[in-house]
Amino acid sequence: MERHIQAPMSKETAGELRAGDYVYITGTIYTARDAAHKRMQEALEQGEPLPFDMSGNIIYYMGPSPAREGRPIGSAGPTTASRMDKYAPALLDMGLSGMIGKGRRSDAVKEAVVRNGAVYFAAVGGAGALLSRSVTAAEVIAYEDLGTEAVRRLEVKDFPAIVVMDPEGSDLYETAIEAYRSE
Amino acid sequence: MKGYYGQMRTIDVADVTRHIGEMCIEANHFLTADMAEAMETAAESERAPLGKQILCQLQDNLKIAGEDRIPICQDTGMAVIFMEIGQDVHFVGGSLEAAVNEGVRQGYTEGYLRKSVVADPLIRENTKDNTPAVIHYEMTEGDRLRITVAPKGFGSENMSRIFMLKPADGMEGVKNAILTAVKDAGPNACPPMVVGVGIGGTFEKCALLAKKALTRPVNERSAIPYVRELEEEMLERINRTGIGPGGLGGTTTALAVNINTYPTHIAGLPVAVNICCHVNRHAVRIL
Repeated sequence: MERHIQAPMSKETAGELRAGDYVYITGTIYTARDAAHKRMQEALEQGEPLPFDMSGNIIYYMGPSPAREGRPIGSAGPTTASRMDKYAPALLDMGLSGMIGKGRRSDAVKEAVVRNGAVYFAAVGGAGALLSRSVTAAEVIAYEDLGTEAVRRLEVKDFPAIVVMDPEGSDLYETAIEAYRSE
Repeated sequence: MKGYYGQMRTIDVADVTRHIGEMCIEANHFLTADMAEAMETAAESERAPLGKQILCQLQDNLKIAGEDRIPICQDTGMAVIFMEIGQDVHFVGGSLEAAVNEGVRQGYTEGYLRKSVVADPLIRENTKDNTPAVIHYEMTEGDRLRITVAPKGFGSENMSRIFMLKPADGMEGVKNAILTAVKDAGPNACPPMVVGVGIGGTFEKCALLAKKALTRPVNERSAIPYVRELEEEMLERINRTGIGPGGLGGTTTALAVNINTYPTHIAGLPVAVNICCHVNRHAVRIL
């Protein structure tokens, strides 16, 4: 099913999404990948605030290439989500409503997705030039010294993604390949 | 040694720097003709509707990358560089290694490419210019320098494997190793993939064979008859796994399986599987 959704994303909207849905996301999302997640984890351990409120927000696992003059961002496709598996459950428990990345997640993430009524989306890996067209503005809001790994606030318009894990616990990576398997 | 130096061809390392800088930018914006053709064919032949949609998006992505000068993928890789140096070449003008890294620095800085290299694997501070490159030197006959720049993304690099098989594992063992690596990689390696395989040699030699296999055109099969058959059989079997484009189901999981072999020890059968995503980039120039 094709749907247009807003970001931040309410748990009500998340609850309506099902694995296999093709969505277009419009609104505000945040980027964070390996190094930023490590810093956020350290901030939590020391009781310091995070760069943005997790509640209802979507994190895009992405580190862009540099923007050319006059453009908001460079190439901007998803990175492998499993590297953030260690950190994701705590953020989901703080209200994070969605994650955009690519590739399989751990059982602990899947359980946290179900427990919190959140969603894991896949964007097409290796389509960074195409996906950059859905980003209308980008601003570094934390950890600037991390370069491409800094936390950025992105404004996106009709950003294309596919629901891989839904709040009911379905995993499209497990179900979709069965239809075309002929071993 | 009379007349020996008269037969040497001189190459200024400044030329090496300039070419490598240009090649880093070229490889990150344009696929080679064989890869572009394989991607186009895949978009036509894929049977899964979602898989076909993804492959068509990747066609659009390639077009936008070239026209708007945006890297095909934001992971513009760690620069892997093969330097095949004719034994009659004499380099002048400074350190060759420094010249190669200067080319990478210029290409990644001037070409708006992402800086993805950390100076130490555990301390992890970004070098901010994507250096150093991983450089492989090889001596060849003649007086030419053949440079291959192959930026390697780590979504797929992380899913690569080495198997130290026993001779008794034989052909079946090799086939199982390749299928295991591909299935474990699944959606993480951005399929459709190109699968580079090295069989034989030693622990490090088979890894290098696999890496170099990824630079062979995807429409070119091995000259060794049994290897050619193995490449064709493995491609067919990989495409029957159902993994498909983006790992979301389909009939196109790999575009090619390129296998290189080398003599090995009586006690061993090393197999390396180096997986590359559909952005299997390289630029080649001969100086």
